[in-house]
Amino acid sequence: MSDKQPNNILNIKTGLAEMLKGGVIMDVVTAEQAKIAEDAGAVAIMALERVPSDIRKAGGVARMSPPDVIEDVMKTVSIPVMAKCRIGHFAEAKILQEIGVDYIDESEVLTPADEEHHVNKHNFKVPFVCGSRNLGEALRRIGEGAALMRTKGEPGTGNIVEAVRHMRRINAEIKKACSIDETELMSFARDLGAPYELLLLVRKEGKLPVPNFCAGGIATPADAALCMQLGAESIFVGSGIFKSDNPEMFAKAIVKAAAHYNDPAIVLEASKELGGVAMRGTEISEIEEPMLMANRGW
Amino acid sequence: MSNEIPVIGVLALQGAVQPHKAHIEAAGAEFRAVKTLAQCEEVDGFILPGGESTTQLKLINRFEMWDGLAEQFAKKPVWGICAGSILLAEKVTNPEQKSFGILPVTIQRNGYGRQIDSHYAVIEGYNVSFIRAPIITGVYGDAEIIAEHDGTPVWVKKGSKMATTFHPELTMDTPSPMHQRFVDLVSERA
Repeated sequence: MSDKQPNNILNIKTGLAEMLKGGVIMDVVTAEQAKIAEDAGAVAIMALERVPSDIRKAGGVARMSPPDVIEDVMKTVSIPVMAKCRIGHFAEAKILQEIGVDYIDESEVLTPADEEHHVNKHNFKVPFVCGSRNLGEALRRIGEGAALMRTKGEPGTGNIVEAVRHMRRINAEIKKACSIDETELMSFARDLGAPYELLLLVRKEGKLPVPNFCAGGIATPADAALCMQLGAESIFVGSGIFKSDNPEMFAKAIVKAAAHYNDPAIVLEASKELGGVAMRGTEISEIEEPMLMANRGW
Repeated sequence: MSNEIPVIGVLALQGAVQPHKAHIEAAGAEFRAVKTLAQCEEVDGFILPGGESTTQLKLINRFEMWDGLAEQFAKKPVWGICAGSILLAEKVTNPEQKSFGILPVTIQRNGYGRQIDSHYAVIEGYNVSFIRAPIITGVYGDAEIIAEHDGTPVWVKKGSKMATTFHPELTMDTPSPMHQRFVDLVSERA
């Protein structure tokens, strides 16, 4: 294949994220759940050992899933499969690349392995998705080579408030980057802790240089529609599906709402087709500080 | 619509829709993201964008659009890209799945492998990307092969239906020659 070029170029990595737009990426812990998710219309699968709400309950150290769980899921579905590594744990990331997953989520849902440094994602052929709470954090991750961003939200809570906060904050900061005087851009970059060149790119394009999805606390079709209308290009649903009464119908309903997020009549239809109640939510203020996942990473 | 510019509808149930806008407009046509059959009836030609073909297929069925789309595709130009080319093919393998069958080709899903095998290649002198792309393993009847890569067809056309397994919308200057060719095809018929 003489005309092949190296495939660690950012465009090849963001290319897959482009293909995942307008869809729902679902957390699963078994191959059976992966099948249910694929049949419901998920655009990709996140293969985990436990969903975030169970990670909260279990406590202790949460690590990369066992390879056999991930491989089982990969064998079962034909859609892309993602898996999580701990923040900064490049050895876990290399294992995931070796397994051949389609995306690595360097995720705050797992216990961080490095409190100072994230993985240097330029060194990988497999693309990475990372979480962020604001524009500075997003641009630091993109500077390290992330090809897709998502809000952190507060995973495993079924509470959308943090994801909305993060989505709105990024949007507001992008608007600011576009509207301030160019002379003021360097001090804005300093305040955000963002690489100047990337901030300049945001100003030029009016958006992040990579796609931006929403994650963390999405539990209903209405939550999906809310995130998409706030500008998320796709959504990740973690505990929301397999911790609901009827995962199969929930999954279908959320996919339906994400596809037609701008049409309240269809989101209403989806909201009637849940076949049970949503996961029980958690009020963020009831969570003890060390278990606030959004605060992991910087 | 003699003096009006043609309208290209990009099926927007799921996938890479927006990247087509600049190409379509630069090629002299109007871009419209279409999600319902009513919207589909108002456009002059269709792009079935890249995305996940299984997801797109399920959404088409769930929103009961199959028959209506088949009718639209039969009478208007259609260009399927990557996942979209899978939806157009006569036969799909790896695994087998339902398709509109309006282009006489057999296509193998994820023909190159997983994301780690996604790559750039030079097609017709242009750098384009193949993202978890399918491979066209058979071309039948009077379908025309416009471009090949690694010995397999990557750009195929029959009448007003065409398919590319790569993504001109992602990396190329606007308008890409593929978008221009498709818009010209739609203009000729409009």
